Amino acid sequence: MQIYRSHVLVCSGTGCTASGSAGLFDEFESQLKTNGLENEVKIVKTGCFGLCAEGPIVVVYPEGSMYCRVKKEDVAEIVSEHLLKGRIVKRLLQGNEEQAKAADAENTDFFKKQLRIALRNCGKINPENIDEYIAEDGYEALGRVITTMTPEQVIDIMLKSGLRGRGGAGFPTGRKWDFARKSVSDKKYVCCNADEGDPGAFMDRSVLEGDPHVVLEAMAIAGYAIGSDQGYIYVRAEYPIAVKRLEIAIKQAKEYGLLGKNILGTDFSFDIELRLGAGAFVCGEETALMTSIEGHRGEPRPRPPFPAVKGLFQQPTILNNVETYANVPRIILNGPEWFSSIGSERSKGTKVFAVGGKINNTGLVEIPMGTTLREVVYDIGGGIPNGKKFKAAQTGGPSGGCIPASLIDTPIEYDTLIEIGSMMGSGGLIVMDEDTCMVDLAKFFLSFTVEESCGKCPPCRIGTKRMYDILEKITSGKGELSDIDDLYALASAIKNSALCGLGQTAPNPVLSTLRYFKDEYIAHVVDKKCPAGVCKNLLQYKIVADKCRGCSLCSKKCPVGCISGEIKKPFVIDQSKCIKCGTCMDTCKFGAIVKE
Amino acid sequence: MKSLEELRALKAKVKNDMSLRDGADDTRVVVGMATCGIAAGARPVMNAFVEEVSKRNIKNVQVTMTGCMGLCRLEPIVEVIDKDGNKVTYVKMNAEKAARVVAEHLVNGHVVSEYTIGATAQ
Repeated sequence: MQIYRSHVLVCSGTGCTASGSAGLFDEFESQLKTNGLENEVKIVKTGCFGLCAEGPIVVVYPEGSMYCRVKKEDVAEIVSEHLLKGRIVKRLLQGNEEQAKAADAENTDFFKKQLRIALRNCGKINPENIDEYIAEDGYEALGRVITTMTPEQVIDIMLKSGLRGRGGAGFPTGRKWDFARKSVSDKKYVCCNADEGDPGAFMDRSVLEGDPHVVLEAMAIAGYAIGSDQGYIYVRAEYPIAVKRLEIAIKQAKEYGLLGKNILGTDFSFDIELRLGAGAFVCGEETALMTSIEGHRGEPRPRPPFPAVKGLFQQPTILNNVETYANVPRIILNGPEWFSSIGSERSKGTKVFAVGGKINNTGLVEIPMGTTLREVVYDIGGGIPNGKKFKAAQTGGPSGGCIPASLIDTPIEYDTLIEIGSMMGSGGLIVMDEDTCMVDLAKFFLSFTVEESCGKCPPCRIGTKRMYDILEKITSGKGELSDIDDLYALASAIKNSALCGLGQTAPNPVLSTLRYFKDEYIAHVVDKKCPAGVCKNLLQYKIVADKCRGCSLCSKKCPVGCISGEIKKPFVIDQSKCIKCGTCMDTCKFGAIVKE
Repeated sequence: MKSLEELRALKAKVKNDMSLRDGADDTRVVVGMATCGIAAGARPVMNAFVEEVSKRNIKNVQVTMTGCMGLCRLEPIVEVIDKDGNKVTYVKMNAEKAARVVAEHLVNGHVVSEYTIGATAQ
């Protein structure tokens, strides 16, 4: 086998592919050839490092130097300086100069507070090469399970570990497996929910793209535990890279005999097939997902019976989320005590968050449960851009709620988040600054739910639409105080009567913004003002006479010609014609135009 | 693959290659690879280190490189830095010397003092 002295890891997750990492790979190849280094340096395509905001990312080992925003033109310099002469190209390192000295990516603020279990191989191995997964203890857990353990022992480990579902609801994984184990049937199924639909969430996608084998291995372990020989991964077709790497991974695992008949010479057989979803949000709901796998229109069905009793094709089925599976092999290898020692009292292990919105380090972070939101936003996330103030963070997407600035020191765990009216969710974390209008935010999430409602049950189909209409009324300045009472009434009706989990949680964004930002609703309804200056119908652009020098620049730029005045005297905006585009405010050099 | 043993055998084979990406506690063998070093023959020296280390299956050693230390007349220069930061500087290296350093220093922990800067520089 060829031994290399240096490995160049080029991120080929979705984020970095979008910012141009595919071209880098070829460029590295040709530059290495030019410099005669092709036998000394190995180039590897790898999964997401998590720091998507700084992509495309290239990491050079053994130094561990993480180069950010690498352009094609930079490749020649990295090759001739770093790889040929051993001089790290400092200008491409992440972060400020202080951090640049660290040179090793693991010492930067972004990585220091993280603990990567589910993401441990992402950004380290080549996801399209099963050998690299095996080198990192891959399939060892499956091997041990099927050769030395009974199914009951496996379930016992899962129960003891305290692992809870990472898809949102947080149901204990071991108990789910236990139910399915105890259901009697000659055919059982293991499903993987890779239908990640929350706006802003991309954790599962990154695991599939960076470490697809971990999901296959965990599903086979689950199959052994419950007595199943068939698995299905339901992944959305909108994730082409994830689909491609899963296909490659399944093929390689079958070639090695790690999937299929009589795995590792035992009696245990397990096969996995992919099912592509068309991207409906409702198909992330477990019963709708299984209905879709069966070939029907993806609509939820009532529970009970729960999937562990009657799931896919009316047979006992377990359905876990990608990230949940990604924890399983490590728990087997390191033991349940190891896992339950991480995290907090009631929530064990780590959680991956896709951090987005108004934050400097947009990307993927994995933190021990119990880390505070402040640490995620300021220490790992690098704070809010442009020195703005943190206002709130939304977790759990359209099913979750917001965490206001006053609760920024809340530890992130399943129960504390529910206590404050939010939820863990699948891991989308959207950060908002002072320029976000919370009523508008609630309206955004509700518009998503309205759009994605499958229409099977009236509370969700009609109720969310009515709530949306009320929010529309409030944000356009026609709201009355009774509208807020109506919102509460509708929300509780939907929560109590919708068929599936997605419908029942759809009012959450409205309820949680009402809980923490009721004053903003009141301001919209009573004062007809939008405090954040977002809702166009409620704001006015005005020229402050004292500051205006009468330069006429704004009136020249105004697309509807509603600003008039005499040169060198204060100008005035005709409110009846103004379309509130904000061009005048951006144009004014004296800060004389205000929005209120 | 027909057994867990086969899986472990494959793992042992591929593991070595991946150890490069693990990092921190390793002993580092740093080869001076500026123009002066390359001209004096640093590349065969480095290749010899890489080969010897992998041939002997030595764990926790990184072979890496650096720029010019300013002592161009003594190139090829190789520094061996252990995990506590203790440094030994070998000078005027070649491939044969490299093999000896691997065998005596990296494997057995005895510094090959006749190749060090103190012995050779005068």
